[in-house]
Amino acid sequence: MWTLLRIELFKIFRRPRTYIPFGAIAAMILIIQLGLKFDGRSYLELMMSSLSDSFFIPYNMIMNGYLVAFVILNTLLIQVPLLVALVAGDIIAGEANMGTLRLLVIRPVSRTRLLLVKFFASVVYTVALLVWMAVLSLFLSMLLFGTNDMMIARNTVMEQIRSSDVLWRYIAAFGYAAVALSTVAALAFLLSVFADNSIGPIVSTISVVIVLTILSEMRIPLYDNTVKPWLFTSHMLAWKGFFYSQSDGQGAAIPGSVENLPAILRSLVVLLVYIFGFVTAAIVSFNKKDILS
Amino acid sequence: MKYFLIVVLGLMGAAVRAQAPDVLLQKVRARLDQVNDYQATGTMKTNVPFLKVPEAQVTVYFKRPDRLKIRNDKGISLVPRGAVTISLNNLLRGAYTVLDAGVDTAGGRTVRVIKLLPKDDNADLVLSTLYIDEPRLLIVRARTTTRENGTYEVEMSYGKYGAYALPDRVVFTFNTKDYKLPKGLTFDYDDGSKKNAPAGPARGKVELIYQSYAINKGVPDSAFQ
Repeated sequence: MWTLLRIELFKIFRRPRTYIPFGAIAAMILIIQLGLKFDGRSYLELMMSSLSDSFFIPYNMIMNGYLVAFVILNTLLIQVPLLVALVAGDIIAGEANMGTLRLLVIRPVSRTRLLLVKFFASVVYTVALLVWMAVLSLFLSMLLFGTNDMMIARNTVMEQIRSSDVLWRYIAAFGYAAVALSTVAALAFLLSVFADNSIGPIVSTISVVIVLTILSEMRIPLYDNTVKPWLFTSHMLAWKGFFYSQSDGQGAAIPGSVENLPAILRSLVVLLVYIFGFVTAAIVSFNKKDILS
Repeated sequence: MKYFLIVVLGLMGAAVRAQAPDVLLQKVRARLDQVNDYQATGTMKTNVPFLKVPEAQVTVYFKRPDRLKIRNDKGISLVPRGAVTISLNNLLRGAYTVLDAGVDTAGGRTVRVIKLLPKDDNADLVLSTLYIDEPRLLIVRARTTTRENGTYEVEMSYGKYGAYALPDRVVFTFNTKDYKLPKGLTFDYDDGSKKNAPAGPARGKVELIYQSYAINKGVPDSAFQ
């Protein structure tokens, strides 16, 4: 199994196009960091405009590495699924396209094992992409902007997290994001089974993610309690829940607390069920498939 | 003759009462004037409907006549604007008309109520009402109405620094504006629970509990930057 995984990883990381998402992520992060470095105050003034009349706002302290990383993740974690689809959507269909899929399945390895290895390889790629993103968005931002307490602007609440209470939340958020992105990888992987070239599954995955994300973000009562709770895109943003604190009876944030941990865990379970469902469907379909390419 | 004496005594009594608030206020101010500067450490608790911030350890710097700074050296603290501009020293500065508004109770004590009307028509402060613990010569509550930012209220409790008119605990209440950002900007995670958003502008409260004061030991100007 380990040898097969190494072979798959070798195949993924040998291709130059594998590195395009790494480059795109680096470029996007650096652009955001540069913008916030030179004009972060304007961004904060926009976010905190309704507070500035009542409070002295220490803008230079608020614009720190923790906040910058949050802004980056807020922006990028919507686009990164598309980058994940580039590799996961290619992993089976790419072999079919090159005519190597039939050669692959005649080897003395079961199709189930072969697919599981390919899916794990996609997950490893996804995690690598996320680690790259974490290094650039969090650690580089900490280096460039320093650290301090973290302020988060929500729809109706502004949250403050002590600097000593931030890092574990990022670790939890990145861990959750890995599962969320693996769900997209699993979807692309499933679609990849049905295609003979990579473009179809990649474009289909991107389309599904875009449509479902729009549906998840729309505030339409008809969908709110019927469709949205079951869309995986509705649960992909739950990483943010780790940055929402509980408050005591007097409105003060409780350090080390999470506002609604059961909801986050519920979202995690939904995503895991989706991953299991997508991968199982891919395996079942692939086992029944008459491979001609 | 009897009626004449009653009228004269009544007028004299009224004159004595009219003088008393000025005298009382001078005594209170003299007590405040003992302090040229101080550096105090304390805990700041913020209770504003749309803010979720943890308790903060703060250092408060003061220097006469009216410089006040609240700093959190270990993190960020959002300090209400009025907490700095509406200090007692600021309230008692400038020219104003003093009115005796009788007595009331505050913190279980009977207090004198004095109203200050600024003589400057363009002043931001429109009216200040001071609740003074007369035997101790301490202001225990101040309510200030401003032209631009509504009404501020400050409540003070005194302990071992009462001789310097420095409180152990200050509760500052102020008006806040509505806070709401578009969901398309924040991309909040919707966990499915019903949340009661703060309904419109509300009153915010900041509580400062002082642990210690260093009085008249000198405070560098750099502390106020």
